[in-house]
Amino acid sequence: METSATSPVVVCRGLTKTYGVGDTATRALRGVDLDVQPGELLMLVGPSGCGKTTLISVIAGILNQDRGSCTLFGQDLALLSPRERVLFRGRHIGFVFQAFNLVPCLTCLENIAVPLLINGVKRNEALRRAARHLDQVGLGDRLGTTPGQLSGGQQQRVAIARALAHDPGLVVCDEPTSALDHATGARVLDTLKSLAVRDNRAMVIVTHDSRIFPYADRIAHMDDGIILETSLKPETDARSCA
Amino acid sequence: MYRIALQMLFGDRGKYLGIIVGIAMSSIIIIQQPSILLTMLSHTYSLITDISLPDIWVMDKKVRTSEDSRALLDTQLYRVRGIAGVEWAVPLYKGSLTVRLENGELERAIMLGLDDATLIGGPGIMVEGSLADLRMPDAVIVDEAGARGRLARQTGRPGEPGIPLRVGDTLEINEKRATVVGIAKATPTFQSQPILYTTYSRAKNYASSERKLLSFILARAKPGLDPEAVARRIAQDTDLAAYTADEFKRRSLDYMLHNSAMLMNFGFVVLVGFVVGTAVTGQIFYNFTLDNLRYFGVFKAMGATDRMLLGMILLQALLAGLMGFGIGSGVTAAFAASTWKGNEMKLEVGLPLLCASGLAVLLIVLAAAFFSARKVLRLEPAEVFKS
Ligand SMILES: Nc1ncnc2c1ncn2[C@@H]1O[C@H](COP(=O)(O)OP(=O)(O)OP(=O)(O)O)[C@@H](O)[C@H]1O
Ligand SMILES: [Mg+2]
Repeated sequence: METSATSPVVVCRGLTKTYGVGDTATRALRGVDLDVQPGELLMLVGPSGCGKTTLISVIAGILNQDRGSCTLFGQDLALLSPRERVLFRGRHIGFVFQAFNLVPCLTCLENIAVPLLINGVKRNEALRRAARHLDQVGLGDRLGTTPGQLSGGQQQRVAIARALAHDPGLVVCDEPTSALDHATGARVLDTLKSLAVRDNRAMVIVTHDSRIFPYADRIAHMDDGIILETSLKPETDARSCA
Repeated sequence: MYRIALQMLFGDRGKYLGIIVGIAMSSIIIIQQPSILLTMLSHTYSLITDISLPDIWVMDKKVRTSEDSRALLDTQLYRVRGIAGVEWAVPLYKGSLTVRLENGELERAIMLGLDDATLIGGPGIMVEGSLADLRMPDAVIVDEAGARGRLARQTGRPGEPGIPLRVGDTLEINEKRATVVGIAKATPTFQSQPILYTTYSRAKNYASSERKLLSFILARAKPGLDPEAVARRIAQDTDLAAYTADEFKRRSLDYMLHNSAMLMNFGFVVLVGFVVGTAVTGQIFYNFTLDNLRYFGVFKAMGATDRMLLGMILLQALLAGLMGFGIGSGVTAAFAASTWKGNEMKLEVGLPLLCASGLAVLLIVLAAAFFSARKVLRLEPAEVFKS
């Protein structure tokens, strides 16, 4: 699937999602329209329970919407078979989680290599490429360390390296800094943004943390299952907040 | 990713040891208990196994197992010899006698009286002496386990093993002298009593209080004839029971299984052990997968297909099962070998049993893998964002 540099990475139209049925049903998404451009860092903000996680789950192809469409790199996810969708995810999407989710018994290097291995890259080649990504997040000397021996910020940087290892066009992050203190969070965002922008990737970051807002190119404010408004970030320098 | 699966299995040493030791322990229970049972059961017909030459056993209709015996009339032997299809038929006396040891102590023993002319029914393997020596006056052959065990000469010091009975030693049976002329290997009987072999006519002498002595008639079908058919004919023409060796074994086994409360209970324990062992094995592995569910979910979100995840779980299960079972069977065999003292029933961990228990462990890890995999495959990938 070819996408030119200017056509959007993500196009969502009229997305709805309801959990459960009857009295206990929760309408998590109630008609979301959203575009994300290549090289853009979009932040998704809003009160707890407003549907942020639900929305990036649909965007990342790990949750099916009820109605509406979600197109990634020109491919409507709903048109893919479940197996095709899994392979599509593996190739095009990187994940960063709030709780890092690094496999504790694997070294940092092996953790970073996982998306490559999933995509069928041979182990040696995968480890070689993983080493380069570990270097890029500033942990080049921690190849053989296991995640448990690292600080939270370091672990999240390893997770970022893992999210970027297979060179995905879209990276989704759910609250990547909320398990970290402010200074550490800011450094993590620095890393994330510099690497993402450099390779013209699109990023969608869900966050509560207003202190990292300045890193956003655009902020989408959600409430109660819809996007209220999207605002371009104020032209103040992001670095001043770090 | 398969390498990753192995690393997940071996990565956490504590957990990994727990899995392997757990499966090993279950394997021990699964292997050892049935093998004890099977060994005990095989001893219910050890007499039939040891006497391999005749293919037909003739006996009183009321006889249920090779362990019990009822006397026949000597004339029955001639009748059997006269039946068409019978190549030969010889008498066998089997009785229980009291033996007086040199120090005056009394022991119960089984006496087998063999046909004087052919000595058919004698022990297959002689450790000392030869079967033909039975033709010497007062001669008896003693089984090795009995010679070392209950018939051994006590030193008088408690806790010390007795001096084994040897060729040339004498015993007293019903106030008659018996000279040991040989030591033989015999499969211990169910009751583990010593076995004394002598000739049929001498057995008559030792057991003079008994009126009739013919316990079994051992016969062989003419070459080319079906022993089963010949046995049927014998049963028809006499009013005796006649079975082929295999039929008699099965009959003995059946009888013991149905009539020995001890065996029934033990069999039940074996079954429970088996179920518990397999359940524990399955549970251990299932828990392992549950512990890793989060990471399987992450792999899934990152594009691992169901087939890949299934392969990883299967690999982990098979490897854990194999290692646990290997250690378990090794420990069982080593333990059986190290505790066997040579004079009682030897625990036999046979290949069929190993295969069966191996298969059970395999099935159970596969079942555990199935449930684990189902859990993983049903996992909503969106769960990965929940912390
Ligand atoms: N699997 C689920 N089953 C039922 N209800 C769910 C499920 N997941 C989310 N919800 C509900 O859907 C709504 C939106 O949830 P979502 O997790 O998307 O919110 P969020 O904006 O990410 O909240 P937070 O900031 O607390 O993470 C909430 O009311 C939540 O309770
Ligand atoms: Mg959320």
